Parts: sequence; structure tokens; C-alpha cells
Amino acid sequence: MKEANIERRDFLKRLIVSVLSFSSPGLLKAQEKSKESTSLYEKGYDPEEHLWGMGIRINRCIGCGRCADACKRENDVPRLPFFFRTWVERYIILEGDEVVVDSPTGGVDGFKTHVQEKKLVRSFFVPKLCNQCDKPPCVQVCPVGATYKTEDGVTLVDSEYCIGCRYCIQACPYGARFIHPRTHTAEKCTFCYHRIVKGLIPACVKVCPTQARVFGDTKGRASPLVRFMRMNKIRVLKPYLNTEPKVFYAGLDMEVK
Amino acid sequence: MEEIAHQLAPILEQITGYIYPNEIELHWRILIVVYPYITGLVAGAFILASLVKVFNVREVQPTYRLSLLTALAFLIVAPLPLLAHIGHPEKSLEIFLTPNFSSAMAMFGFIYAWYLMAVLLLEIWFDYRRDLIIWAKNEKGLMKWIHRIFTLFSTDTSERAVRFDKRSIKAITIVGIPSAFLLHGYVGFIFGSVKANPWWSSVLMPIVFLFSAIVSGIALVLLIYMVVTLVRGKEINMACLDKLAGYLFYTMIIDFSLEALDFIHRLYESEESIEILSQLISGRLFVSLIVIQLLLGMILPLAGLSSVKLFRVPAELRRHIYFVSALLVQVGIFTTRWNVVIGGQLFSKSFRGLTAYKMSLGGVEGLLVSLGFLILPFIVLYILVKIFPPWQEAKQP
Repeated sequence: MKEANIERRDFLKRLIVSVLSFSSPGLLKAQEKSKESTSLYEKGYDPEEHLWGMGIRINRCIGCGRCADACKRENDVPRLPFFFRTWVERYIILEGDEVVVDSPTGGVDGFKTHVQEKKLVRSFFVPKLCNQCDKPPCVQVCPVGATYKTEDGVTLVDSEYCIGCRYCIQACPYGARFIHPRTHTAEKCTFCYHRIVKGLIPACVKVCPTQARVFGDTKGRASPLVRFMRMNKIRVLKPYLNTEPKVFYAGLDMEVK
Repeated sequence: MEEIAHQLAPILEQITGYIYPNEIELHWRILIVVYPYITGLVAGAFILASLVKVFNVREVQPTYRLSLLTALAFLIVAPLPLLAHIGHPEKSLEIFLTPNFSSAMAMFGFIYAWYLMAVLLLEIWFDYRRDLIIWAKNEKGLMKWIHRIFTLFSTDTSERAVRFDKRSIKAITIVGIPSAFLLHGYVGFIFGSVKANPWWSSVLMPIVFLFSAIVSGIALVLLIYMVVTLVRGKEINMACLDKLAGYLFYTMIIDFSLEALDFIHRLYESEESIEILSQLISGRLFVSLIVIQLLLGMILPLAGLSSVKLFRVPAELRRHIYFVSALLVQVGIFTTRWNVVIGGQLFSKSFRGLTAYKMSLGGVEGLLVSLGFLILPFIVLYILVKIFPPWQEAKQP
């Protein structure tokens, strides 16, 4: 019964597409494109088998910024201090509830010692990136469907489709998106999608000298991430917005927003 | 690449506190301020026109056709700033061809097309049809043909046909009012539904947009009516002007109350973002929000208009008060759009810092192009008025 339903639905879909394609050739193009996109995957990679996420151990991050640097190299992110797929923030909490936050050049060049007169209460680094939300507001608002969620839970941008309206940037609560100054289309962290479909890990995870970043499947298999989630008390950023991030932080401070 | 570095580097010095590094570039700039301002004028002018047909307000009859043409002129220009703003205007048709139905913005094309085709053009056509036929009959040369084409080659001026025109106009207006609400309420929704941005995210946003739209539309028609009558050397219909000013006054009261409610609500709820928003209002938005939008654009014209209601003011002075008030209202509503669009991007979503916006003079996103988009509707209106004279005396008995 279910199969028949799917067949019927598929048939109807094709019927509608072929009828409408007379009036709007863009539809056919879209069909072709969706076929092409399946070639994103290597042989043997089944996106349905995965649901990717990242864990971040705040206590391990030393603020070396190698992750942000590696990301820029790997993903052709402009080497300007205004565009980042991932960056590192430094929090310095001083006596009297004073909080100093900075991220000079996104942490790519590391951090200089912060000189202050007040007594330090606590200090730590927080790597940030696209939270690969399960309910991504950026996908909801994209007028042309150029940004979408893959079956394995990663939000991507199809730059062929992106019209550069920047609505997704406004909708992202985490400041994780930017417009690439060369292509004029939206850009964001993809979890190094080109790497993970080959069985590799994202560049930022690979270069982290302290293993502050943990990458893996959130689905019930024995992945490093599942272990991380079992062994730590975890939090996500801005949970009240109900975006359901898949970047999980262990040891996240209340001051981090 | 160097250009953008050059553009953004000076902003770095103006940042206070901490903002996410990707927030240094401000994404919706002056063109996106111009866009809601223009659509607001469309909706406002149309709703004013509807008063005549639906609520039978006879006094404002002299501005009926002028309002419709004003709405059309601004509606034609409305999508242009959007088109100029997007990174890939050549792909803009994708919004129609492959819309993402969960996106508020994707609805733009449909609402725009509906409003233009099903409401404005139809209403104008039915209203002018009989006059166009008669004009075409009595004219020669190019104008005869232009009018003839716009009649869509209909020739029936019988009483029955005219009665049908009138009935159609009424029906269209009744559909048109919710459509005008939809057109501008929807623009408010684009901002109001962004949950990531506490300055925008408010259920009141579409309603505030709508009433400020009506305010700006009435004020605009009032201004155009006064200027045009002066230029044509005709007598201003004072009863009409008083009525317009009356409507302007009442809608301003509603608009002001809604904005005050929004403000008080935010202050009382005092959510996480309240601190950064207070910094924003008392700092970077002080001049544009408190001084221009509130004092110059709202309190002062309200005082002017209420003084007319309270005291016996001679007609000459009344005209001056109306004119200055309507002008101030325009400045005020434009600044309202500025404060929403630009203001909503001046604070970081980390709620820890503020950034700055420096408008350029040249370039697509510059001041000159924006001024062009604001002047263009008047040029379109001039042409429309030449083809479809909205004056009472042009109307065929």
C-alpha cells in the first residue's frame, strides 16, 4: 500500500513538473539539478545512514586559532577579518561581573595577552561555527530554496540558485553566514561536506591540537560524538529559539551567547 | 575583494563591545529602507482611495483618482530597489519559478502580482473606462491611440455598462482593502518573523507597518494634491483637505499608540536583549529615533494637526499647517523604516556590542541611487497623470 502511494505521488509529481515545464523552463532545470546533486556522494556513501554533529570541549580549547585558519584554507574563505565559517571567541570574566569578549581576526592569528587591572575570575575560549540546526531558520526563509538541509543533517547553500538577498543571514541567530565578496552568494560552514562524504573529518577537527572538537554521527552508533555526548553534560547555543543545533558544547559558560 | 576590505576596515574602529566577526558587514542597507517606505505609500494611498468607494466619504472624492495613480506609480517602482539590492538580479525570476513556500519573502512575487494585476490595474481601468472611450472619440493623433489602447478596445458607454463598471469598482475595492493590508502587512511580517532579531521579532510589526503606511500614504496624497493644485492654478478644495488632515490625524494617533505599546511592552518584559537595545536607542539611534521619528515626525505634526482641531484656524494658516505636518510625517515615516531596517542590524546578535553603518554616496547601495528610486515614482506619476488626467473637470459628465 505504502509503495503504491509513493509511486502515485512520484507519478503525480512528474506529471505536474512536465505540464508546468511548458510555462516555466526553470522547473526542468531544477529537476536536472536535483539529479546532479546526488552525485555529491561518493560510491558507497548513503546520506540516510548519517546525522552529523559536532561536539566542542570548551575546557580543551587553547585559542590557537588553527581551526579557523585551516577552515579558510580548505574552503576558499576570503582571508579578510570579516568572513568566517568558523572562528574562536575569547571570554575574560573579571571581578565585578565585567565580561570582555573578543575575537581578533576570528582567532586566526591567535590571541594577544589581555592586560587588565581587575582581578580575573575565569577565562576560556569558545569555537563557533554554523550550528547545523535541525530546524534551521535560514532554510525556512530562503525565498528560492537555495539553502537546504541534506538528509545527513547538514545545511548547505546551492550557489547556483542563491540570489544574494541575504535574508538567511538575517535569520541566522548565530552570525554564522556571510556573503562571499567574489560570488555574491551566501556562504557558511558545511562541516567540510566534500570531506565527510569521503569518510574524512572536517578540516577544523583534523587540525585541532587538543581535540577540542569532536566530529561524528549523532545517530545511535559508536561514534566519537555519541561517546562525547554520553560522557559530558552538554548545552547548545540559544536553545530558547528552538533551532535545535547539532553543535554541542561541553562546559559552556552562561556568558556565552 | 580589495574593495570590500577597503569598505569594511573603517567600520572596525567604530565597533563598541563585541560583535560576531561576520556581522561587520551590514547586509540590508539604504535600498532596503527605501523598499518598505515605497510599498507603504502604495498601501496608504490605495486605502485612502478606498474610503471614497467603500465608505462613501464624498469630501475626499477630488483625490480619488490621484490616490489610485499615486499608488500605481509607487507600486511600479517598488520592486526596483529590491532588484538592485540582491547579489544576482539575473536570477530574481527564480522567486516566481521555484519559490520556497516556507519563505515569507518568496510570497513577494505573488502578493505583488496580485495587487498590481487584480486590484490596482483593474480598479483604475474600470474607473477610467468610460472616460477613456469618450476621450478617444474626441481626440486626434497619438493621444487618441493611447487612450484607445487603454480602453482595451471596449466601446460600450451605455448606462448598463457604466453601472457594471461601478459595481466592479466596489467589489474590487472591497477585495483591495485586505489586499493592501496584505501587501504592507506582509512587508512587516518579513521583519517581524525573524526570531533571531529581537528588534524586529514582534507580532505587532505588521500592524505597526500597516498603520504607518496608511499615515504616510494619506500624507503623500495630501502633499501631491496641494502642490498639483497650486501648480495648476486651481482652488484647493478645503473640505477635502480638512477631511484628509482629519484622517491623517486619527491614523497617526493609532500608529503612535501601537508604537508606544510596542515600546512599553519591550521595556516591561525586559528580555535578555533589553540592555543592548537601550544602548542602541540612547546611542546610535538617538537622533533618528527620538529626535526625528518621534519628535519631528510624530509629536510636532500631531501638535499641529490637533491645534487645527482645537482652535479656529483660518484657511490660509490651516493649509500651511497641513503642508508642513504632512512633510514632517514623510520624514518621520522614512526614518521609521530606517530605524527598523538599519537599527535592527546595528547591534550584535551576541547582544554584546554595536556596529555602525556608513552610507556611501555613489554605488548601487549609495545615497544617489536611493534618491533616484524616491524621485522615479514622481516621474512615473507625471506620465500617468498626462495619460489619465485625474482632475474633476476631465471627468466626462
